[in-house]
Amino acid sequence: MADMAAHSTHPQGFAHQFEDIGQQRDAGRLGMWIFLATEILFFGGMFTAYTIYRELHLAAFETGSRLLEVQFGATNTVVLICSSLTMALAIRAAQTGKKKGSIIFWLILTMILGAAFLGLKLRFEWYHDYVEHIVPGVGFRNRTEWGSLAPQVQMFMCFYFFMTGLHALHMVIGIGILTTLLIMAARNRFSSEYYAPLEISGLYWHFVDIVWIFLFPLLYLIGGRYTMGGH
Amino acid sequence: MSGHPRSDHPHSEHIVPVSVYVGVFLALLVLTALTTGVAFIDLGPLNTVVALTIAVIKMLLVVLFFMHVRYNKGLTRIVIVAAFFWLGIMMTLMLADELTRHWDMYPEPWSVLLPHLLRFF
Repeated sequence: MADMAAHSTHPQGFAHQFEDIGQQRDAGRLGMWIFLATEILFFGGMFTAYTIYRELHLAAFETGSRLLEVQFGATNTVVLICSSLTMALAIRAAQTGKKKGSIIFWLILTMILGAAFLGLKLRFEWYHDYVEHIVPGVGFRNRTEWGSLAPQVQMFMCFYFFMTGLHALHMVIGIGILTTLLIMAARNRFSSEYYAPLEISGLYWHFVDIVWIFLFPLLYLIGGRYTMGGH
Repeated sequence: MSGHPRSDHPHSEHIVPVSVYVGVFLALLVLTALTTGVAFIDLGPLNTVVALTIAVIKMLLVVLFFMHVRYNKGLTRIVIVAAFFWLGIMMTLMLADELTRHWDMYPEPWSVLLPHLLRFF
């Protein structure tokens, strides 16, 4: 009888194999963190490769780093931090039982910030790199001031494009996930009891933010920028 | 709505106050400005140390507050610690190998392969 009574109060989104919605939330959260552990190692492989080649070709990597425009890297860092805040507020809106409009508002803001990050990256960084002939490959032009370092400068740019490219791919996937959440929110799927999709997607979004938090100093900042004079 | 007697998981979750989120957000902005500014000052090898230290602090702020790990259960924390432990194994062993050898091999840019590849067309 107690079970029947409990059944009638089960919130929307409750899966019957769990004892209660709290256990379901914990299980989902744990599963997401196990996925993120694989992501940490996935990106970690690239960070390790970067560390080793940077150690081997320090001067070339510093020269390559100074090819990047620090103001765009910094702006994009701020954009991503803002998007992490709006994502956290979207989850909080669901947790506190706000109307769906509130959840949708914060989700859309997060999507706009994510798109702004990608837009800035494409328009002001990758496109600029293409025009400047520093995209690795056929169009890459060695500069005389690099001398014998030129091949390793190109290697730095390879790392730059692979690392920021893979990060950008995660952002695109993130925006796709946010679109799904938006539809779910519009259909009133979330409540103060059931918000697991929002929460675990938030974990993903914050993880992608953390990857950028490390990419920004590694690629843009530690290249002896102080030698460039007034900026 | 009374809780289930056999469950250790209460229905109510810790809800982080907006002030905490905004505080963490402002701290992240300040640290971003700081790390960008320091990059233009010559500190020798300390530049890298400072940049990475600030990045780790920013990561901890995001993980503990935005990702709620401060309020999570022990099992989640074990998974996170294990992830970084594995990352540590990978980086330590790879670097231990690399730093104790003297490589004279300089990889060619991959574009030197192009003439060879173009022969197939």
